[in-house]
Amino acid sequence: MSSVEVAHLNKTYGSLRAVKDFNFSAREGEILALVGPDGAGKTSIFRAICGLIEYDSGEIRIAGYDTSREFEKIKPLLGYMPQTFSLYPDLSVEENLYFYAGIFGLKRHQFNEKKKLLYQFSGLEPFHNRRAAALSGGMKQKLALSCALIHDPSVLMLDEPTTGVDPLSRRQFWDILKHLKKDGSTIVVSTPYMDEVALSDRAILVHQGTKLAEGTPDELIRLFSGRVYLAKVQPTTERMEKLEKIQGIISRRFGSSIHIYPRLDMTKDDFYGQLELAGIGPDIIEPVSPDLEDIFIQLMGD
Amino acid sequence: MNKIKFIAIKEVRHILRDSRSLTIAILMPILMTLLYGYAINLDVKNIKLAVLDFDKTRESRELTQKFYNSGYFARPSASSDISDPERTLKSGDANIILTIRPGFASALTDLRSYELGLLIDGADANTAAASFSYSGIIIGQFLESKLPPGAEMPGVVISQQVLYNPDMKSSHFFVPGLIASILMMISALMTSVTIAREKETGTMEQLLTSPVTPVQVIIGKVLPYIGLALLDGILVILFAVFHYGVPFVGSMWLLLFFGIIYIIAALSIGIFISTLVRTQQVAMMAAQITTMLPSVMLSGFIFEIKNMPQVLQYITYIVPAKYFLLIIRGIMLKGSSLHVLWTQAIFLVALTLILLSIAVKKFELKIG
Repeated sequence: MSSVEVAHLNKTYGSLRAVKDFNFSAREGEILALVGPDGAGKTSIFRAICGLIEYDSGEIRIAGYDTSREFEKIKPLLGYMPQTFSLYPDLSVEENLYFYAGIFGLKRHQFNEKKKLLYQFSGLEPFHNRRAAALSGGMKQKLALSCALIHDPSVLMLDEPTTGVDPLSRRQFWDILKHLKKDGSTIVVSTPYMDEVALSDRAILVHQGTKLAEGTPDELIRLFSGRVYLAKVQPTTERMEKLEKIQGIISRRFGSSIHIYPRLDMTKDDFYGQLELAGIGPDIIEPVSPDLEDIFIQLMGD
Repeated sequence: MNKIKFIAIKEVRHILRDSRSLTIAILMPILMTLLYGYAINLDVKNIKLAVLDFDKTRESRELTQKFYNSGYFARPSASSDISDPERTLKSGDANIILTIRPGFASALTDLRSYELGLLIDGADANTAAASFSYSGIIIGQFLESKLPPGAEMPGVVISQQVLYNPDMKSSHFFVPGLIASILMMISALMTSVTIAREKETGTMEQLLTSPVTPVQVIIGKVLPYIGLALLDGILVILFAVFHYGVPFVGSMWLLLFFGIIYIIAALSIGIFISTLVRTQQVAMMAAQITTMLPSVMLSGFIFEIKNMPQVLQYITYIVPAKYFLLIIRGIMLKGSSLHVLWTQAIFLVALTLILLSIAVKKFELKIG
């Protein structure tokens, strides 16, 4: 039985359809990533699962309980970390933990044990007296995660936990998640960063409230049906505009170079000839293997 | 119960850490008491009195002296010419002119009928009314001391007596009103802001996914503010009693009891507001408009309700401050007991219950 099951979820805000007939399930002991740009509907899906918003239609079950009818039974099982930093900035690290321990009904000695454990993995012990407002971005997220973990939830819903966090802290954060997974927790995490898909067990690509693709990182890579070329030139605005005018190719900035996708029916000669006109010679073009972002762009284009 | 405790502890920490708001919450009532005390002073003092004494006897000088010594009347400036009564009043050199025609002293000894002339500038109705009643009292007292015991002055003797506020000090009247409006403002404002803040910072989301009920959240959050509001009320009362000499005749416990009910009504309004708004700023504005204006304007604090247009009079029925004002004035100034105040008490309790149930019903555990 899956820990989180979402079936035919629909959510509209006025005339905007934020989530369209969305289905997925997450199993025990796996990290499922919902990946997509801002406004893809990830947060709406998370809020619906966590009982924070009414949704138009669909069914959501956590550990077999229906969220719309048996949410009180779900609450002790659920650990939720909202997208915005949602701790009390004027309370210290320890006071924040103490508050959440209190409202989840932990006893004093339970709190002390749990606190020790959480400090161990988060490294927040030296800062236990510091106000949450004075923590760095990475530490804030670790504290928020610690608060979401205080009652040993079996299902973790983490809405963009690594957004705006430095790369080192991001890596540490994922290490913590992998550790939690081993204990059998179900972890659903949303992210705008494609590279985090590779760290998850399974990922769902979300765009405009619908599911573009779903699978393990390897499966997703195999979805890519086309070719991708790397042009080792600076992606200046002028150059990108020229490329945009060429029929039959898609291009995007890739660091300090450009990724170019020719249409399947385009011949090699035609492709090279067109690029020559945009000032990109064959000597600086080479075929590369697609990454997840390439797949996302291809799927979005379809 | 235990969860309520944790929410309350957290809220107390918020209050204590936010030193700016805490300072405002404690200083504002005192500042307002001072401000109202001196700015809205309805006591009439230093009324300029010109005396035209044609009798020129010991008795006429004594009466003149009694007027000036009362503290309510002042002499016109020495340079002003007071020979023409009408011009004196028009120029504003004097607000009131007392004319003592010859024969005042002899009329007193012979117990003959006599007429004192009192000319009052009625342009400022408030001052005129005060001048009239003060003069009546002073003349009455003077005659009482001069006439032999048992003797009666022929003609009309004005008999006046002011009850409960014998000195007619307006501070006695406005301090209870001030307490009513301060309690309303502090309670409604602070609760609406504290809940709006949780929405604004996103902590409400986390709170809502934890196993707490709306009632636990509400009780936990408002308990510390009940304490703070009571502290404010006590501060203002102490200030009123010791600085302005406002009497406190009735039962302190009865006032405390109604004070808590009234505070709950105010907190309910605050919670209700917070369910309608998303930001602290809007909450603050909404709380000010819905609580400050009615509790000052429509409670009978400054304007008498029976003089208001009929529509406004109907609206005053849903202003909690109206009932609390009658109760606190009754208890502080008259020492009224529940026996006398029961109608106001029933209205206040009923209104509080209605407001509280609306607040609890509206306080949903959803964010949008």
